[in-house]
Amino acid sequence: MINFFFRRLFTFVLSLALASFVIFSLVEIAPGDPASFMLGINAQADTIAALRSELGLDQPKISRYLAWISGMLTGDFGVSYTYRTNVSEMVGDRLWVSLPLAIYALFLSTVIALPTGIYAAAKRGKAGDFTVISATQIGIAIPNFWFAIILVGIFSIKLQWFSAGGFSGWQNGILDGITSLTLPAIALALPQAAILSRIVRSALIETLGEDYIRTARAKGLSSWQTIWAHALRNALIPVLTIIGLQFSFLLAGAIIIEQVFYLPGLGRLVFQAITQRDLIVVESVVMLLVFAVILVNFIVDIAYMLVDPRLRQDGI
Amino acid sequence: MKYHFKLLLAASILAASIGIQTVQAAKTSITIALQLEPPHLDPTSAAAGAIDSVLYSNVFEGLTRFASDGAVIPGLAKSWEISDNGKEYIFHLNSSVTFHDGSTMDASDVKFSLDRARAEDSTNAQKALFSGIENVEVISSDKVKVTLASPNGSFLFNMAWGDAVIVAPETVGEIKTNPIGTGAFKFSNWVQGDKIELLRNDQYWGTPAHLESATFKFISDPSAAFSAMMAQDIDAFAGFPAPENLVQFEADNRFQVLVGNTEGETILSTNNKMPPLDNVKVRKAIAHAIDRQAIIDGAMFGYGTPIGTHFAPHNPDYVDLKANSNYDPELSKKLLSEAGFSEGFTTTLKLPPPSYARRGGEIIASQLRAVGIETEISNLEWAQWLEEVFRGKDYGLTIVSHTEPMDIGIYARPEYYFQYDSSEFQAVIEALNVESNTQKRSNLLKKAQRIISEDYVNGYLFELAFPTVANAKITGLWENAPTQATDLTDVKWTD
Repeated sequence: MINFFFRRLFTFVLSLALASFVIFSLVEIAPGDPASFMLGINAQADTIAALRSELGLDQPKISRYLAWISGMLTGDFGVSYTYRTNVSEMVGDRLWVSLPLAIYALFLSTVIALPTGIYAAAKRGKAGDFTVISATQIGIAIPNFWFAIILVGIFSIKLQWFSAGGFSGWQNGILDGITSLTLPAIALALPQAAILSRIVRSALIETLGEDYIRTARAKGLSSWQTIWAHALRNALIPVLTIIGLQFSFLLAGAIIIEQVFYLPGLGRLVFQAITQRDLIVVESVVMLLVFAVILVNFIVDIAYMLVDPRLRQDGI
Repeated sequence: MKYHFKLLLAASILAASIGIQTVQAAKTSITIALQLEPPHLDPTSAAAGAIDSVLYSNVFEGLTRFASDGAVIPGLAKSWEISDNGKEYIFHLNSSVTFHDGSTMDASDVKFSLDRARAEDSTNAQKALFSGIENVEVISSDKVKVTLASPNGSFLFNMAWGDAVIVAPETVGEIKTNPIGTGAFKFSNWVQGDKIELLRNDQYWGTPAHLESATFKFISDPSAAFSAMMAQDIDAFAGFPAPENLVQFEADNRFQVLVGNTEGETILSTNNKMPPLDNVKVRKAIAHAIDRQAIIDGAMFGYGTPIGTHFAPHNPDYVDLKANSNYDPELSKKLLSEAGFSEGFTTTLKLPPPSYARRGGEIIASQLRAVGIETEISNLEWAQWLEEVFRGKDYGLTIVSHTEPMDIGIYARPEYYFQYDSSEFQAVIEALNVESNTQKRSNLLKKAQRIISEDYVNGYLFELAFPTVANAKITGLWENAPTQATDLTDVKWTD
């Protein structure tokens, strides 16, 4: 068991080290120099050289890589080339938008997907099932930014219930913050809900074919009672896995939605940083996201081990 | 009751989301949107026009400044004397000018700012503006003498740029996040990725601003810009990014649309050293293959002024040379066969992100195809464009708007990315640089325009238009963009 833990820990650290190397190399290979970008087309060569040395870009790549790694180990993510503020500070600020948005969207997606998925599974092959399947097909087919534009057209321009974008900040009260995140969260949640709803449906249909369900029905439980008391709980395991995956997608993948609603989130930060060749920001934010995903995987592995005795014996 | 509640809810959401008084009669604040966010707030160490869009004239001022019509007028210097040899400028500074931190702005700050910009380790993106300065000397607290190595007819013009604003040595260390200037507005707050807030400077030395506060929002997505304006989340959008929607705003009496001119010559830049583009006949053939109006209509929805040389049409010294390159595909084909390319040829067309380039590029490609020239289009990000095209000179054709004012001098730099090397043209610019007589300067500028037009250095397409959409009740916004600026000093609400 200890052996298993250490093996997993070793994989965890190795993945991080590899990821850091890949991220750094890719970002460095990409054409474009931050100093030339900042100084534009009229800059003189000596000015660009002066800025490059101010930014530390004249150092060899290997020493910049090592400085970046050792900085991160001590919690120092470096200073943004363009904004000239600490990357950790910037990421912290942006997380206050991206994290609530991801949680909000995940909440909406789950609230929509669970009932519709259960309903479709219960009505398998009937009109209700067909309706849900068609709706989710549309939900999967339509990209979230298009939903966003439609939502803005109806609720901001026509009805003027919500502002068309922007984030008013949490300092004006939680309600205010939630209001400005509502349309983006709905736009993000709808396609996710469509996917999740299908997973719920198929997972539930699969469990409904199990022997213990027949037993439950045989002892006299109604169809809904069976679903509620026996099937749903077992069907939830794949559903939870998908929800976990969706969360990391929502956290990192809201780039377009943040553009459409001009929200100051992580996605927009990365997008701007890439166009401006703010290499240190790109590297650090991507590394942070990779860290989050690898950490979640690590925790899941450990959790599996705690729950499933077979894993402990085999030491997989 | 239910209806009442709904109304209240809607009203409170609206008020909360906009975050400012929505129903008061005479508003004293404005929310104005721009497409790009400044990377930082130091106009003296970056090329990003977005910095000047927020800070020029509002927060920072220079010795001279641009008026809304592009004229160079007194700024912090109320007057100046120029010595007979044209090398010495004595600037008389306005008295009682203070920085936003309360300290006095005097001749030593001017010396500091100019010396900083031309220093060896300077990171000023327009360092060339200061390269002619030999010495800056403080005569008294309100008098400063600038000595140039040689006479420079555009020195006062150069000092009006956002890159030449006056900063204080005490506060320059923090300038990137906390800019302290002398302008009618002082910097208040920056929520990165979202907005910058300015407050009126009540100690302003000149005419105080009408507005008490101003918020700049940054909305890069064109469809988001349209929605934000339509939903009236913002009061104005300077440099509106979706020309296709302007008609809709014009038809709506809640809004006004200002379409001004800019200093942006949009050109089909040509690599003058890359065969077969090094052949003037080939370049001339390209010029005659291009239908400017079709590009303006197709890519810019009709907004833009056709040009025939690298010069702003609203400038009094502009010469209309469009006839040199009128749309004539037959002539173009003839020229191509004379040059030995009757079967045409293939070259690259590398396009940076702005829509004038991406949309315009497709149209130009089809116009060139009509005369037998095939182009391989590739879309580049700005950073890539700078590296590959601008510095690497690895391109045949590209489309760029050169937004710097009065930049015809770039054609005198043979190492510049279009690699045009003409001793005749270089002599004209050299003469211009040391000429301060207005009439002679004008003649030289006209000659310069003719030379590049007749050498077909680049394809001259159109002068970029600057569209602003604003609430119909706002007055005082700049219509034209003689420099990148959103000057709010004269802006107010009418009611």
